[in-house]
Amino acid sequence: MMEEAREGSLSVSAQTIRVTEAVRDGDALTFIVISQKLSGSGEYHVARTHEDFQWLQQCLFSQEVVPGILGVIFPPLPAKPQLNAPAKVLKQLGFLAMGEDWRMYCMALETYLQQVAAHTTLSKNKCLENFLTSSEPPGRQRVRKGIFNRLSQAMEGMRKEGHKDVDDFFQTERDNNLTLTGCSKSATERFIDVVLTEQKLAVACGHFSTALHLCVEQEEDSAVLAFSNGSVPMIKNYRPLHALICVKLSEVIDSIKRNFESVAENNLSTLGLGLDLESRCQEAEKEMLYRRTCKLVELETASRNAERAKPVKKAAMDELKVAAEKEFDHVSGVAKQEIARFHSTHVELLRQALILWCEKQLETARDTSFRYSQHLQAFKGLGE
Amino acid sequence: MDPSLSASDIASSTKPLSEASSPPVMDLLSEPASEASSAPMVDLLMEPASEGSSAPMVDILSEPASEASSAPMLDLFMEPASEASSGPMMNLLMEPASDDLKEPPKPDIDPLADILNDTPLSEVKTPVAAMPQETPSDLFDDEPSELFAEPRQSNTAKQQQTSIFDEPDEDLFSEPLGEASKKPQNDFFKEALAPVAKASNVCGPLSDNYNEHPTDIFTEEAMTTLPSAVSTVSVNSKTNGVHSDEEEPDIFAEATVELSLDSPRNDRKKKEAAKPSASAPAPSVSASASKPQPKTLEELEEEVEDKFELNISITNPEKVGDGMNAYMAYKVSTQTTLPMFRSKTFTVRRRFSDFLGLYEKLSDKHTPNGYIVPPPPEKSIMGMTKVKVGKEDNSSAEFVERRRAALERYLQRVVFHPSLLQDPDVREFLERDDMPRAHNTQALSGAGFLKMINRATDSLSKMTIKMNESDVWFEEKLQEVEAEDQQLRKLHIMVDSLVGHRKELSVNTGGFAKSVAMLGSSEDNTALSRALSQLAEVEDKMEQLHQEQAASDSFCFAELLADYIRLLGSVRASFDQRMKTWQRWQDAQNMLQKKRETEAKLLWANKPDKLQQAKDDITEWEAKVTQYERDFDRVSATVRKEVLRFEKEKACDFKKQIIKYLESLLQSQQQLIKYWEAFLPEAKAIA
Repeated sequence: MMEEAREGSLSVSAQTIRVTEAVRDGDALTFIVISQKLSGSGEYHVARTHEDFQWLQQCLFSQEVVPGILGVIFPPLPAKPQLNAPAKVLKQLGFLAMGEDWRMYCMALETYLQQVAAHTTLSKNKCLENFLTSSEPPGRQRVRKGIFNRLSQAMEGMRKEGHKDVDDFFQTERDNNLTLTGCSKSATERFIDVVLTEQKLAVACGHFSTALHLCVEQEEDSAVLAFSNGSVPMIKNYRPLHALICVKLSEVIDSIKRNFESVAENNLSTLGLGLDLESRCQEAEKEMLYRRTCKLVELETASRNAERAKPVKKAAMDELKVAAEKEFDHVSGVAKQEIARFHSTHVELLRQALILWCEKQLETARDTSFRYSQHLQAFKGLGE
Repeated sequence: MDPSLSASDIASSTKPLSEASSPPVMDLLSEPASEASSAPMVDLLMEPASEGSSAPMVDILSEPASEASSAPMLDLFMEPASEASSGPMMNLLMEPASDDLKEPPKPDIDPLADILNDTPLSEVKTPVAAMPQETPSDLFDDEPSELFAEPRQSNTAKQQQTSIFDEPDEDLFSEPLGEASKKPQNDFFKEALAPVAKASNVCGPLSDNYNEHPTDIFTEEAMTTLPSAVSTVSVNSKTNGVHSDEEEPDIFAEATVELSLDSPRNDRKKKEAAKPSASAPAPSVSASASKPQPKTLEELEEEVEDKFELNISITNPEKVGDGMNAYMAYKVSTQTTLPMFRSKTFTVRRRFSDFLGLYEKLSDKHTPNGYIVPPPPEKSIMGMTKVKVGKEDNSSAEFVERRRAALERYLQRVVFHPSLLQDPDVREFLERDDMPRAHNTQALSGAGFLKMINRATDSLSKMTIKMNESDVWFEEKLQEVEAEDQQLRKLHIMVDSLVGHRKELSVNTGGFAKSVAMLGSSEDNTALSRALSQLAEVEDKMEQLHQEQAASDSFCFAELLADYIRLLGSVRASFDQRMKTWQRWQDAQNMLQKKRETEAKLLWANKPDKLQQAKDDITEWEAKVTQYERDFDRVSATVRKEVLRFEKEKACDFKKQIIKYLESLLQSQQQLIKYWEAFLPEAKAIA
């Protein structure tokens, strides 16, 4: 506990942490992390790579001194962004690979750092302070394979995921989590499809608009201009009118394009990001529950061993069993708190995303509607 | 014949007049010709007319020609063509001329003819020397071309002057017609004047667009030439067609008075006042012109465009029969106030092949004359087979609706075409209960139809190279049409992909709605769960919206573009037709040249026995050349008029469709706003 005391609390305010941009450097991305000092004014500006983030995550995982650390739902760190990666790899990143200049990814990292900084236990880790404030990149040499090797987890998971829980609370939570993980994942995927189609539509509209504009040859442009200014009394010549219709329609299609662009953008930056985070958080909870299940299995094995143990080994086995019991209780205790916290934050998170989304879409819809009605008026007055 | 005397006298006074003359005159002039013959095909009727009475004309024409080694004569003849290279309307003038030829030159024409003919001479550098000696027919030919060329160059013409000038022209031409039937001169005179005055009036300010008005007049005329023409309409046309030589004195007497006139009505009154002074023997045309109902040009146009009460709708597509013999029958409902129809509303049932049959009939009749006949939708074996098989799924319902709408638009285009509306086949199609089954529509359908158009375009482009285009307008228009065809095809592809994406969006939104519903149902938090299921509902509605929008994209744009791609095919066909008539004319000219060479050889070889035959040949071919040239000019004028009409319709159509599209966009956007507004409190209610 000495260490914990020494680490103390974070010197920056969690809410102010920003990941402002991703700077491309060769094949790697460097993220600019900005945070405000708690004491006085001033900001920390640090440049971090994804490896630095991974290091931070590892540090958080491996705080063996904290009892029941395995019961913590670690904020999910987005997977490593791949530059020049094939589309298939990018697709795994989902929403995070979308948007311009990795903006979505930056936002996800930002959320991650804020969650870590806001976490009562995790924020006390010295590594976080280091990560946020030190101008030098934190030691990358410490990155090592932890207990959370994804491959082994997947293999063991097959065996242990279905393990019957002793506690009904956890059993229900595990069942719920399983369905929610699946649902949120599929919802995210469906939503990605929607956004992708919207983007495609925007592109198609762009082509259409350009093609329409190209229909009007250069020399006709001036005629159109003259006509729309009313300087040419063009009553019966339909060629310029036709050209004007083309130009105007091109503008209409351009409005449609812009509408799709902003709708897609709204989808991305609000609900898309929210759903992505939701599904990753569910995944994180699942991992925590899995770790607890592993402990449960350990404990059960220990108690079985203790029961069957020959008198000679009985004492040692009992000791092991007690230790396992203690650890399991710690983990379960922390897990219960974490789950309660997780539930409220997850609701709040989706609520925020939904409200923001709705408001933005409403705004876009109103703007677009206004623009359409302007176009409509313009067309009604055309050639009259 | 005392051309030199009167001509020299009046030459000075008429000069300004000729400058003032405006294009509409030409059309008016041309009408009488077709009018008089009152045939369905102006062509056909004209031919017998000119042939039947060709003797005097030929004699007149050929005599000086042969005497002067035929060269000057040819020149004169050719003159109009080259002169009026800027205006395809020449032909119109030529027609009246031929009519005149029918008739032995009358003494009272002569002075006028001379006057008229003199003017051009002084204005343009025509072979003046030859002219005076020429027969009236030649003079006539020359003079019209003059008129045409003139107004184009100087649009500053004063309308009053114009009208004065118009009248004499008409008179001259109508005179021959007058022989057909006699009529109280008063009525016809009144009628004749009104439109003319109007025409000149109208064209004054719109000098740029002079084509419009003539066009309409022409259309009217065309209608009346059809046997089916209704009497009221024909009256109007008759008025245009009816002319007398009365005016002759008027011109000179009123030249100054007319200048002060500005309203057509006044004009008319004055004319009437002046009428008594007109010479007594007024042989006039048209027995049916007895209804004194002079419609001005503007009125005519309005009638065609605005007061046009004819609504056609196609409803109730219905499958008739079973299996592969099944077909769709459509209810064609007509609502009209046009007197040409038996009743105000009537309904018939027609099947798709009937529509194709109608097109075939119309195309056979009107395409050779340079008309743009709207093409029907293509036959779709795929779509129809689905319907026949009886799959009641979405795509076949969509197919039927799509076709219904396409047929409706097709039929509307046909009846809104003033010339086509007058076609008896159109009326029969709309009215007749037991329509004989159309045969051989297969050739016209689907790919075959497209191929045909493509072939036409190919041969057309080949011919373009050969044709030494005398009219820049056509050259430019053809290029425009071809460029536009490419553009529309490109746009059509784009709209198709847009529609595809819209549909995809709809499907994806539906998928998202489902997964949100799942998420909602497995969520513990009741408020969140509720909000999510609400969201699922909203997304479901949006799916619907996207689907409607896709349909709207497709109906407003894709179909419109497809229609116009087809229509452009017809436009090209009319250009093609013009080229064909040109080719025929050129061939005839070449033939004539050969005949003349033969004659020259015979003369040289001194073989009088064959000389007569050669002369006869030349006479025959000269007549043909004249005829074909006239045909070409007429077709050119029709094509020009039709293209302008097409462009106008297209602009209106596009505007209308885009407005419709924008309205649908706006509506769905507003619906969207409502959805979001309803959902926002739900989201906020999440605790």
